[in-house]
Amino acid sequence: MNQPGKSRIASKFAALKAAGRGALVTYVQGYDPDPATSMAILRGLPGAGADLIEIGVPFSDPMADGPIIQAAGQRALKAGATPAGVLAMVRDFRAEDDATPIILMGYLNPILSYGPERFCTDAAASGVDGLIVVDMPPEESADLAPFATAQGLDLIRLIAPTTDDARLPGALRSCSGFIYYVSITGITGTRAIGMADVAANIPRIRAHTDLPIAIGFGIRTPDDAGQAARIADGAVVGSSLVDALAKSLDAKGQATPGTVRAVLDTVRALANAVRG
Amino acid sequence: MNKPLLPNSLRTGPDEAGRFGTFGGRYVAETLMPCILEVEEAYKAARADPSFEAEWRHLLQHYVGRPSPLWHAKRLTAHLGGAQVWMKRDELNHTGAHKINAVLGQILLAKRMGKKRVIAETGAGQHGVATATACALFDLPCTVFMGATDVERQQPNVFRMKLLGAEVVPVTSGAATLKDAMNDALRHWVANVTDTYYCIGTVAGPHPYPQMVRDFQSVIGEEARAQMLEATGRLPDTLVAAIGGGSNAMGLFHPFLDDASVAMHGVEAGGHGVDVPNGHAASLTGGRPGVLHGNRTYLLQDEQGQILEGHSISAGLDYPGIGPEHSWLHELGRVQYMAITDKEALEAFQLCTKLEGIIPALEPAHALAHVMKIAPTLPADHIICMNMCGRGDKDIFAVAKHLGVTL
Ligand SMILES: Cc1ncc(COP(=O)(O)O)c(C=O)c1O
Repeated sequence: MNQPGKSRIASKFAALKAAGRGALVTYVQGYDPDPATSMAILRGLPGAGADLIEIGVPFSDPMADGPIIQAAGQRALKAGATPAGVLAMVRDFRAEDDATPIILMGYLNPILSYGPERFCTDAAASGVDGLIVVDMPPEESADLAPFATAQGLDLIRLIAPTTDDARLPGALRSCSGFIYYVSITGITGTRAIGMADVAANIPRIRAHTDLPIAIGFGIRTPDDAGQAARIADGAVVGSSLVDALAKSLDAKGQATPGTVRAVLDTVRALANAVRG
Repeated sequence: MNKPLLPNSLRTGPDEAGRFGTFGGRYVAETLMPCILEVEEAYKAARADPSFEAEWRHLLQHYVGRPSPLWHAKRLTAHLGGAQVWMKRDELNHTGAHKINAVLGQILLAKRMGKKRVIAETGAGQHGVATATACALFDLPCTVFMGATDVERQQPNVFRMKLLGAEVVPVTSGAATLKDAMNDALRHWVANVTDTYYCIGTVAGPHPYPQMVRDFQSVIGEEARAQMLEATGRLPDTLVAAIGGGSNAMGLFHPFLDDASVAMHGVEAGGHGVDVPNGHAASLTGGRPGVLHGNRTYLLQDEQGQILEGHSISAGLDYPGIGPEHSWLHELGRVQYMAITDKEALEAFQLCTKLEGIIPALEPAHALAHVMKIAPTLPADHIICMNMCGRGDKDIFAVAKHLGVTL
């Protein structure tokens, strides 16, 4: 369970800082391509080197996602994914791992449909540590934020290259856990990160916050991940893991014996670079 | 006669947060947030600038052909044997629908903002054609996102857009219809925020779009109000308009919202019937509130909050959401919303064509079908004004198919 002030997220970033390296944050969608395979991937992630885990909660209309993660969402929904099903995965994971932070990433409508208060209660009880709700900017958080806070769930915000100096302090004030810096102006998995631009932007954000900063959206290769984890406090990798998963599927889009390994091998390569 | 419905006007929304009651807002990813705030600022400034309004009005008069006539449909009235049927003839606009009213306003805004290119989503293709047209006139590169399914069923409009110089991007994600086109337009915008203006085709999307598109489309209701007063010396009793996202309806209704004597009926697409699961596109009649495409509004969705595709014979009506101002007016009870099936719309399409010599688009054919239902139940001194918001040229192939005719 989360204890206020000593969340798994804060503990993890503090421990990594003490160890002198940044975090590898991995993203896969719950139920992609089916519940059992997805659960096996989730269980394997910490051992493969994921420091924090983001689980995508599938939504029919993922506005901020590129084709790779859109396809993952379609596969997951076809496999019967629901928010309740994803929470059950987290509960199963927590039975074996009480340390690795888990963050759910998704869109607001399925949460509203579940009931924001009940969702936060159930998420916390299942062992979720934080939420990223892509289409809920700070200005529109009133429906969810009070319940998340009451349950000790961190609300992790996206900060974008387009977030100007006028918006930045307010946007950062509403964050907890860590800052998710979107490294590209674009949707997930479509553009390569411009490391120099990102490096120039991080101090601008640091000036306004003491929270750890993770960089995501444009990180594809182990080399990208290693650099990003050094520039900031962590690197988030999603599309390239989901891509590895997709490429391991058979012609019908079903998991093959190599699916779990394809994802975890990719994670291992990223982790080596981040720990390098 | 013109007593306001409530002491407070219903015409002052949205508030600073872009809300109509609990509906509306700005539910977008952070990357887009600064961008929609920029549109909002630019729109505020443009509205305060008389030269902006003057240029838009000039275009409406000399390029679009406004004011559009108000037609007393006497043969249809006699046939229905009840209330008088009047039609606001926005199908006579250049490009054949009401969409051009708001497009010209938005393209002038894009110019003012110094944007170098324009994107749009389209369902039936009318908004895409209107946007491509305005972009041709103002020499702006234009990209239109259109569901692959709609590209198939609206071939004439696809060709029209290409002739006008626009690039048409068929969208294959999801069910490949209007909502998916809007998703992809938003995704494209996120990646091209600095130089691109997103010209939204209805009163949906994040604030300020629902307000801005409504303001531009209100020219329909302003004209209708003045024309009706001139023709009959009084206001209409009932307004009727079809609803996809709700822009032609909002444009007709808004100037009358504070006229308590005027009833308003918004007609949603009933498809195969509102009882058929996922067989209709009636967001208010068969949906519930949620968040999609930047605003909180009534949506077609399953129990898990996944968005449904909906169905309508009309490619312009099968949108799973509705403008937030309609959701608000629905909950207030100021506007009544009902649904008309594909079959009823097809019958109205044919009747109007035969009796009035006006081929309606399938969208306003839904409004007409509702008029056909209520007019016989009302007295002869009751005035119905319906919005003939588009012409049916684009639909003749689809209608022929449904009637079993090979062209
Ligand atoms: C002629 C016509 N009417 C109505 C609509 C539906 O849009 P709205 O409800 O915004 O008027 C469309 C959309 O394409 C249209 O082409």
